[in-house]
Amino acid sequence: MESDITHRGDGVAVLALRGKLNMVTAPVVRETITALVGDGHSRVVVDLAEVPFLDSSGLGALIAGLKSARQAGGDLRIAAPSEQTRLVLRLTNMERVLTPYDTAEEAFARA
Amino acid sequence: MTGTLTLSRGAARTERLDRRQDERHLILVRLVATVTLLLGTLYIAWRWLFSLNPDALWIAVPLVLAETYSLIDVTFFAITVWRVRRRPRPPAPPRDWTVDVFIATYNEPIDLVLRTAEAAKRIHYPHRTWVLDDGNRPELREAIEREGIGYLTRGAAWDGHQRHAKAGNLNNAILATEGEFILVLDADQVPDARILDHTLGYFLDDSVAFVQTPQTFGNVGSRDPLGSDAPLFYGPIQQGKDAWNAAFFCGSNAVLRREALMQLAIARYVKDVERSVAHALRRASRVLEQARRTDDGKDPVLSAALSALDDAIGETRRSLQDGEPIALATFELQRRVEGISRDLVAIQLHAAALDLADLAGETGIAADLDFTAAVDQLSSGESSPLAAFTAVQALIRSLDVDLGSEAQPLMPLATISVTEDMATAMRLHSAGWRSVYHHENLAVGLAPEDLGTMLRQRLRWAQGTVQVMLRENPHLQRSMTFAQRLMYAATGWSYLSGFATVVYFAAPIAYLCFGVLPATADPIQFLVHFLPFLAASRLLFLVGSRGIPTRRGRQYSVALFPVWIRATVTAAANVFFARPLDFVVTPKTRQRTGNALRLVWPQAVMAVLLAVSVPIGVARVTLGVAEPIPVLVNVVWVAVDLAALGVLVSALRYRGYGKEAE
Repeated sequence: MESDITHRGDGVAVLALRGKLNMVTAPVVRETITALVGDGHSRVVVDLAEVPFLDSSGLGALIAGLKSARQAGGDLRIAAPSEQTRLVLRLTNMERVLTPYDTAEEAFARA
Repeated sequence: MTGTLTLSRGAARTERLDRRQDERHLILVRLVATVTLLLGTLYIAWRWLFSLNPDALWIAVPLVLAETYSLIDVTFFAITVWRVRRRPRPPAPPRDWTVDVFIATYNEPIDLVLRTAEAAKRIHYPHRTWVLDDGNRPELREAIEREGIGYLTRGAAWDGHQRHAKAGNLNNAILATEGEFILVLDADQVPDARILDHTLGYFLDDSVAFVQTPQTFGNVGSRDPLGSDAPLFYGPIQQGKDAWNAAFFCGSNAVLRREALMQLAIARYVKDVERSVAHALRRASRVLEQARRTDDGKDPVLSAALSALDDAIGETRRSLQDGEPIALATFELQRRVEGISRDLVAIQLHAAALDLADLAGETGIAADLDFTAAVDQLSSGESSPLAAFTAVQALIRSLDVDLGSEAQPLMPLATISVTEDMATAMRLHSAGWRSVYHHENLAVGLAPEDLGTMLRQRLRWAQGTVQVMLRENPHLQRSMTFAQRLMYAATGWSYLSGFATVVYFAAPIAYLCFGVLPATADPIQFLVHFLPFLAASRLLFLVGSRGIPTRRGRQYSVALFPVWIRATVTAAANVFFARPLDFVVTPKTRQRTGNALRLVWPQAVMAVLLAVSVPIGVARVTLGVAEPIPVLVNVVWVAVDLAALGVLVSALRYRGYGKEAE
C-alpha cells in the first residue's frame, strides 16, 4: 500500500491511497490517519480512486480514522471509490455513516 | 508418494465405514427418540389431565410444571442428536494463509502462560503468536519478548472506558493484528502442533466463520470429582448442534475468520451509531419542548435561540429519515448549533450562562454522564430555558459517529455478556455464516482443582448464557434458521433446571413428612405411566451419547441447583435492572478456601431434609397413618436425589490432581 498526502490551501489534508485496503494494509492506514490528525490536520479526505479492493478490516481503519478526526474537532470523508468499494459500503450499510463523494475536491465543499 | 496415496486411501476407507456406522446409529437414535417423546407426551398429558391432586395444588402444580420442564429438556436433547454425525476430515489448507494465534491472559502465573506460548510458537502451520496480557505485567512482557513472541496490552485509548473483560482484550488485539485467521487460546490451553493443519481446511468453504475444537484437561483423573470433563457437550451435543449448523464457539481452542468478525463489527457499529444518534436527537427535542413550555418570553434573544435550535434538530431528524448519511448530518448540525450559541453568547454575556454552562459540562464528547445529569436536573423541575439551551448544546456536541463511550468503535466480539463467545456465535449465525465443530482433541488445558473455583466458573457460564438469552432472545433473531434458534434455546433452557430440581426435592419430603401426595393416582398406576417414559429417556441418553460416561454431568446438573438458580436470578436482575453480576475471572490455580462446606450449604440443608424425611416416612407407616407402597416409592426417590447430591462429598474431599485423599 502506497499513500500520498497533499495539504490543500483550505486546511484539508488529502490522503490518496494506492493498492488494496485490506486486513494487511489496514493497520498502516489507521496509523497514518492517526498521525495526520495528531499533527493538527483534523479535516481529512481519504481518496480511494486507486484502491481496487476494500474489505471489512479496511472499513475498520476508516472508522478508526473517523473517530480520531471527530475527536480532534474535524471530520474524515471518503472520495472516489471504485465499483467494488461502493458495493462493500452498500452491503455493510456503511453508506449510512460515511458517504462517498465523487471527488476529493467535493468532499469538504459544503463545510 | 505411493505411501501417502495408500494412507489417504486407507483414511478414505475408514471414513466410509464411519459414515455407514453413523447412518445405522442415526436410525436407532431417531427410533428411540420418537418412542421417548411419544411416551413422555402421554405421561405428561395424563399428569395434567387425570392425576393432579386438587387438595394439594401448592405442590401438585409445581411438580407437574417441573415434569413438563423435563419433558421439554428431553425433547431438546432428541432434536440435538437427531442428525448427529462425525464430520469427514477437511481438505488440507493452502500454505499461504496468514494466521495469528492469540493467548488471552489476565492473572495466570507467568510460567503457565509461557508454557502455552512456547507450545503455540511450535504450531506447524506458519503463524504469528501473540500473548494478550490484560494484567499488563512487565515481567510477563519480558519473558514473552525474550521468546520472540508478540506481546499486546490495551493502549491508552481504553483508559476511562468500559473494558469488557476478555472480549475487550481480544477486540483490542484483533484491531492490532492482520492475519486472515485467528486461533484463540486461553492461557492454560496448550495446543497440539497440528491444531491449524487439522482445522484450517474447513475455511476453504468461504461461508465458514469459525471452527471449534474440544476443551480437555490434563489435570483431571478418571473419577473427575469436580465434573470438569464435558464429554457429552464436546461430543454428541456439539456434533448434533453442528449438524444443524449451530455449533457453539466456546471462547478457546477455536479458529475464527477475521473477515467474519470484522463484518459483524461494522454492521454492529452502523446500528449502534444510528441508535445513539436517534436517541440523542429525540432527547434534545424533548428538552426543548419542555423549555418552550416554561419559557416566559422575558428574554426574546433566548427564545429565538431556542426555536432556532429546535428548527435545526427537527431538520436533522427529517433529513436522517430521508436517508442522509449520519456523519454529514451530525457534522452540519454541530456546526449550526455552534453558530447559534456563538450568537447567543455574544448578545448576552450574563453570569447565569456561565454557571449553567458548568452544570451541563463543557467537556464535549466524553460528557455522557454530565449531560445526563443536566437533563435529569431539568426534568426534576429546576428547569429554565437557559439551562435547556446548555443541555441541548452538550447533547449535540456529544452526538457523534465515533461511539465516544467505547474505547474503540469496532467491537468484533460481542460485549453484551460475560460469555462473549456464545453471543458472538449467535450473531455470526444470524448473519448467515456457517460454523464447524471439529471433534479431535487439539489442546490440553487445566481444570479448576477446588470446589470454590469450579462453582464460580459454572456460575459465570450460566450467567453469561442467561444474559445472552434475555438480551438477544434467539427466537427474535429472525435471520437464524428455526433449527438454529432451537439449538440456542436448548442451551438456555437447560440452565433453568435449578427450579425444577428444588421441586423434585420438595415433593418426596412433603409426602414422607406430611403425607401430602401431589398426584391422586395410586402408586401402581403412577408407575405404569411413569416407568416406560423414564426407561425410554434413559435409553435415549445412552444411545445418543454413544456410551460416553455421562453420570458425573447428570449428577452435577442436579447437585448445582443453587448455582443455576443464582445465575438465572442475577442475570435477569442484570439485564432488566442493570444490577452487577459480581463478575469474577476464574483462577486457573488452586485457591485456598476456608470452610468449603459454606460454598454448598443449600445442598447440605437439602440433603439433611431428605435424609430426615426417610425415618419419618417409615415411622408413619408403622403408626398406620401412611401406606407402605407410596412410602417405598418416595424413599427410592429420596435415594436417587441423595445419590446426585453425594457427588459433592467427593468434591469437598478433593485436594487437587494427584493428591487424592484415598
